[in-house]
Amino acid sequence: MTIELSQFFQVFFEESFEGLDVMESGLLSLDPENIDNEEINSIFRAAHSIKGGSATFGFSSVADFTHVMETLLDEVRSGSRSISQDTVDLFLQSVDCLRELLQGLQAEEEVDTTRAVELRGQFEEILGVAPGAETTGEPAAGPQSAGWHIVFNPCEDMLQTGNEPVRMFFQLAELGQMTVRTDISRLPSFSGMTLENCYFSWEIDLIGPAIAKSSIDEVFEWVVDDCDIIITPLAAEHSVTVDAPAATSVPVETQADIPVPAAATSIDEPATETGLASAKDAAPAVAKTGAPKKNESGSIRVDIEKIDTLINMVGELVITQSMLGQIGADFTFDKIGKLQEGLQDLERNVQVLHESVMQIRMLPISFTFNRFPRMVRDLSRQLGKKIELVVKGEQTELDKTVMEKIGDPLVHLLRNSLDHGIEKPEVRVAKGKPETGIVSLNAFHQGGNIIIEITDDGNGLPRDKILKKAQANGIVGPDAHLTDEQIHDLIFQPGFSTAEVVSDVSGRGVGMDVVRRNIQELGGHVSVKSKEGQGSTFSISLPLTLAILDGQLVRVGKQVYIFPLVSIIESLSVDMKQVSTVAGACDLLRLREDYIPIIPLYDAFGIEPDSRNLENSLIVIVESEGVKVGLVVDELQAQQQVVIKSLETNYQSVEGISGATILGDGTVSLILDIAGIVKMAQGIGINDLSSGQQAA
Amino acid sequence: MSKILAVDDSASMRQMISFTLKSAGFDVVEAADGIEGLNQAQQHKCDLVLSDVNMPNMDGITMTRELRGLPDYKYTPILMLTTESGGDKKSEGKNAGATGWIVKPFKPDQLLNTIKKVLG
Repeated sequence: MTIELSQFFQVFFEESFEGLDVMESGLLSLDPENIDNEEINSIFRAAHSIKGGSATFGFSSVADFTHVMETLLDEVRSGSRSISQDTVDLFLQSVDCLRELLQGLQAEEEVDTTRAVELRGQFEEILGVAPGAETTGEPAAGPQSAGWHIVFNPCEDMLQTGNEPVRMFFQLAELGQMTVRTDISRLPSFSGMTLENCYFSWEIDLIGPAIAKSSIDEVFEWVVDDCDIIITPLAAEHSVTVDAPAATSVPVETQADIPVPAAATSIDEPATETGLASAKDAAPAVAKTGAPKKNESGSIRVDIEKIDTLINMVGELVITQSMLGQIGADFTFDKIGKLQEGLQDLERNVQVLHESVMQIRMLPISFTFNRFPRMVRDLSRQLGKKIELVVKGEQTELDKTVMEKIGDPLVHLLRNSLDHGIEKPEVRVAKGKPETGIVSLNAFHQGGNIIIEITDDGNGLPRDKILKKAQANGIVGPDAHLTDEQIHDLIFQPGFSTAEVVSDVSGRGVGMDVVRRNIQELGGHVSVKSKEGQGSTFSISLPLTLAILDGQLVRVGKQVYIFPLVSIIESLSVDMKQVSTVAGACDLLRLREDYIPIIPLYDAFGIEPDSRNLENSLIVIVESEGVKVGLVVDELQAQQQVVIKSLETNYQSVEGISGATILGDGTVSLILDIAGIVKMAQGIGINDLSSGQQAA
Repeated sequence: MSKILAVDDSASMRQMISFTLKSAGFDVVEAADGIEGLNQAQQHKCDLVLSDVNMPNMDGITMTRELRGLPDYKYTPILMLTTESGGDKKSEGKNAGATGWIVKPFKPDQLLNTIKKVLG
């Protein structure tokens, strides 16, 4: 029977990646001066499992490499070797290298083992073994003989380790013709006998064509250390005296459950019912997909609980459906109440089902955060800074797609904080700050959004430098009056960088605008708050999911549009006294302390409204990135959750529109992109006005 | 049909062992660490125990010692799955009451051969 090992590869890769994560986080929190037992044990176990698995499944490049790591870890674990920070670094590099190796193997690519061999060499140097010394070749077959004489004198407690002499005799009997003499001289009197002990010893003659000594050794492999076993080649002539094995075990034959030789039963139990069992229990064949994409993985790990809720809901749905079916089968109008009840149930079921399905896509943000401790550690060493990373809210759940796309912008922002934000230790001390800078990552829910904050207690944004640079680049005019907030926001402008020296670590001035664009593509926003000398906080706001939106339906003329509910501040009908007309720009609405530009949607989209008179219309105040605008509509309709269909994949990208959806009556409705609309509005000259809101 | 308890913290090893044994017609009970192993052993009367050595929560050697204390498992063969080809773990295992060992890495047919050696 052959077992196809490749069916277990996928599980092996998954658990190995998990193991590497365990190793990495363990190594990061490992203090070489004061090694925590549990920590080093878990690192060791992870390496050990990867080694065992890779050896079993034939990935020798991984197995050889992990072997030296495991050896060193074992020595550290047992206390026979101390570990230096450099060795920890070496381990961390090895974790990276292994991850790459395994990813390559998983994608069934040709793997490059140069780096692995190199790192392995470094471990071997530490261990003081010759490179590649470990060879586990098959032992030589050893001498052969046509006959062997075996003296087998077992230790008394052999039976208690589950070693059964009769099984050994059966194995020997397979090698050749066997003659056994049993020596019962050690047998004590019945009263002095411990039933669990073995008091016999045996002399065995084994005759057959060229029996290798190694195959006899194998039979006694597990007991050779505890028992006296003498194996000698048999002289040419041999005498046969007793010919049945276990024939002399008379004294204890009545003790049926004592596993001395006579009690061994069921030795010929068949082990051949293979067909059915193997087909039934066969693991699903591993689908061989193409090389997995680096970040966006095709599969998702889902909590069993979430699946159970789903199944539960589907069950209820089925019940509701059969109930409605019954009503429909012989419907009379007096059943209308029941029908409505059923429809209500249906609505509730669908809603819960919908939520549960969306839940499946949600993953804790720790998936993304997990890689940061390592990054902070490496970078702070590279930059010669002392930095502590504090992570909060890593259990906050986020849509998988959003999660995969937010990784790079987060990396960028974090690098920025490490590189430009946190000062060198001596600078910090001179400023009276603690030597170690703190960068914190925090994720939490706020309204329908996830907020991720990256805060550092470093330098803060240099206001004057940014302003000067922006003026030099022509991003703002030479005599523009800008608030601090507006100046800070300039760093997100294309082509902006204040770092005098372009460093390895963070940007070349192509950074922050890309960060902002990436985040906007996810339907999110990024903003910064900073105090010079005290630090900065970058705040990213993301929608919970990309696929669903809480929308407000509004009507303009014959068209129904959808406003994302989160961006709506309020809706009101207009008091004309509060509206002022500005020549060359749009109308302004005075709302409490703010002046808000009014954008007639009918103009923006070129459609015919019910009325062009503001007094007959409604104004919906929406906000995007701190800028408020008022959108003129004819009517507010219902609020509902809508499933977003991409306009780009089905048609083409349209300015001011983020997508479309299909309404209950089957018509298509466009979803407004508030940020885009605000930008359009800024294009028609409200920039200065809207940004002057706070001042007003 | 003989029932075998397979204890290993690695899911891929467990799957491989379990699949191999089931294909050969054995009944298989799985456990991911020593504590689970003890629980399973008490719920199912197993004819043979295969156990990894290094596991979280309770290692294979401790589990073996505990198993030997149970009346049902006094003489049951217990095989350690060990990567340590050196003597340390083997004698530690033997002292705890293990019957023998299978050295990792092993191929499915090696596993079966060894098991047939024990179960006859």
